[in-house]
Amino acid sequence: METIAKSIWKRLPLSSNYAVAYAARDSDVDEIAAYPITPQTTVVEKLSEFIANGELLAEMVHVESEHSAMSASIGASAAGARAFTATSSQGLELMHELLHIASGMRLPIVMSVAARALSAPLSIWGDYSDVMNTRDTSWITIIASSAQEVYDSIVQAYRIAESVMLPVMVAYDGFMMSHTYEPVFVSEKAGLFRDYIPRKGRVVLDTKKPVTMGAVANPDWYYETKYQQVKAMSDAYGLSVEADQTFSKLYGRGYGLVEEYNVDNSELVILTYGGIFGTVKQAVDEMREQGIPVGAARVRLFRPFPLNELRSLLLKSKAVAVLDRSFSNGLPVSGPLAVELKSMMNSYNINVPVYSYIVGLGQRTVTEADISKIASQALSSKVSNESIYWGVRE
Amino acid sequence: MEETLAHPLEKYLRTEKLPHMWCPGCGIGTVVQAFLRAVDELKIEQDKVVAVSGIGCTGRIPQYIKFDGAHVLHGRAIPVALGIKLARPDLKVVVFGGDGDLASIGGNHLMHAARRNADLIVIMVNNFIYGLTGGQVAPTTPKEATTYTSPYGPDSKPLDAVKLVSAAGGTFVARWSTAYPVLLKESIKRAFSHRGFSFIEVISQCPELFGRINNFKSTYEIYQKIKKVGTIRRGISPYDAKYDWNSEISLGEFVNFEAPSYYDQLREIIEKAKGVKE
Repeated sequence: METIAKSIWKRLPLSSNYAVAYAARDSDVDEIAAYPITPQTTVVEKLSEFIANGELLAEMVHVESEHSAMSASIGASAAGARAFTATSSQGLELMHELLHIASGMRLPIVMSVAARALSAPLSIWGDYSDVMNTRDTSWITIIASSAQEVYDSIVQAYRIAESVMLPVMVAYDGFMMSHTYEPVFVSEKAGLFRDYIPRKGRVVLDTKKPVTMGAVANPDWYYETKYQQVKAMSDAYGLSVEADQTFSKLYGRGYGLVEEYNVDNSELVILTYGGIFGTVKQAVDEMREQGIPVGAARVRLFRPFPLNELRSLLLKSKAVAVLDRSFSNGLPVSGPLAVELKSMMNSYNINVPVYSYIVGLGQRTVTEADISKIASQALSSKVSNESIYWGVRE
Repeated sequence: MEETLAHPLEKYLRTEKLPHMWCPGCGIGTVVQAFLRAVDELKIEQDKVVAVSGIGCTGRIPQYIKFDGAHVLHGRAIPVALGIKLARPDLKVVVFGGDGDLASIGGNHLMHAARRNADLIVIMVNNFIYGLTGGQVAPTTPKEATTYTSPYGPDSKPLDAVKLVSAAGGTFVARWSTAYPVLLKESIKRAFSHRGFSFIEVISQCPELFGRINNFKSTYEIYQKIKKVGTIRRGISPYDAKYDWNSEISLGEFVNFEAPSYYDQLREIIEKAKGVKE
């Protein structure tokens, strides 16, 4: 791997936002439509720079809202372009109806999301409320936990999207990742990923072979058309594994769909997603030093839900504490990942205690000490059946 | 003990919220002051004014002034304000927003509020960019200017909000700049007495995010530019008003006539239908 690293990569200090911009550049995107929203904006600023400097040959549309950003992406993708957009929070919410159009029209758009809390009250800070609200939009969803993974995932996303014809979003923590710098290997020269994400023929708007996209489907066909999306999402599972494994083989970096950390011989696994995994790993190290048998894992592919990887994780787990940075209000267990994990366990008759914790809403700080306290509470098994809103002042 | 004199407008400020978040040299403070002076001189009761805003630097105004208010979603201040006005027609409802908020993501609402002649005062502070998010290109950015998302200039010509609102049916349309705070204040006073849709655009300086990248080395320099480019034109049509960063941005009141306001039109329909009696 060292030899590969030396020959094809350039090591740069990048925020996850900049990693996204470099990845979009190196994926040779054709069209970018975006609207400013904190904390996403530097993605688009960097891309403007690439275009202005001639490093990326693409059209950039400075649209008048996120609704238009996704609409323009849909138009460009339908006409055959490799489309890219980036957003956050309310921007993602404003796009919501278009998210269904993009997946329904089977367009391989890739979007980055710097995950941020939702109004009201107004908060520009990070959590995953925006991303979790898109769970039913038929978008393939990757949640990264480092800037390098953000870069690699955007490239992988085009491979998955253009194979299965569903859009992909790559999410990462607003601020904690979007605005902090890490060393990232980016492609030394253009065209590194040309064979990994080849230009493939697909159905596009073409006056010589006219098609209508998104046409009216009456009750006799709507259902079947939607079921095709279900099949595609199911295919996306295997293709996501393939995209990651091939990427790993060619470029030396792979992540899997669920990342495990010190899970063996543990009494408790702390399961989460996104950048908080770094803090969790640190806490696990500290607890292991004190002889507390704790492990950790994170879900990297959220849609389609990584059943096999989670089943194998649960087989090794005696108890699971799920940390969610979002909540689905009105349910006794309200953490989205906890809800989905429990639903999956029920379907496959897996019986492991699952404790749901809500943490880090609107960027409330979560430290290693918090994680350790959560772990010792969960290990004591004196935990409520309902979600615990960690550290909230009632 | 040295006696500290209170600011004459202090009763209108949420002093506990100070210091404010605006950068030194920002033009928004001038707009706030002109607005508060207008309210003060007209002796409008403080609890008869509601300030509504969306997102942006200008959108922060309602946080600092002591009136009831709502800070809502990006671009959506006008429909929220209209809802407030319809529920409480006795209140004066004022919308504060930037060009990025009102002329872009909320452009549709601006157009339709003007068409309806909605009983609102809309004050749009135009700093030529999206300031709060860090200085990206806006629909109002002059062709000659550089921004962080348009290193070689915007891809298309700017939107002149005065022409848009006038064409859509606004019955009070004015444009001033931070270089004329007294004229701005007088115009806001007239807007308060106007029945129907009042729109006031204020050309303002953003020394940090628009100024620096466009080689204005200080607030003074960009303020001088705004002072120079703004030319008062009395009695001209809004369609003759210029919005040109190189030669002239015309200032003045371009439209001011009486027409049934949205509320009047609704009452008319109710009467026609012989519906609810007040």
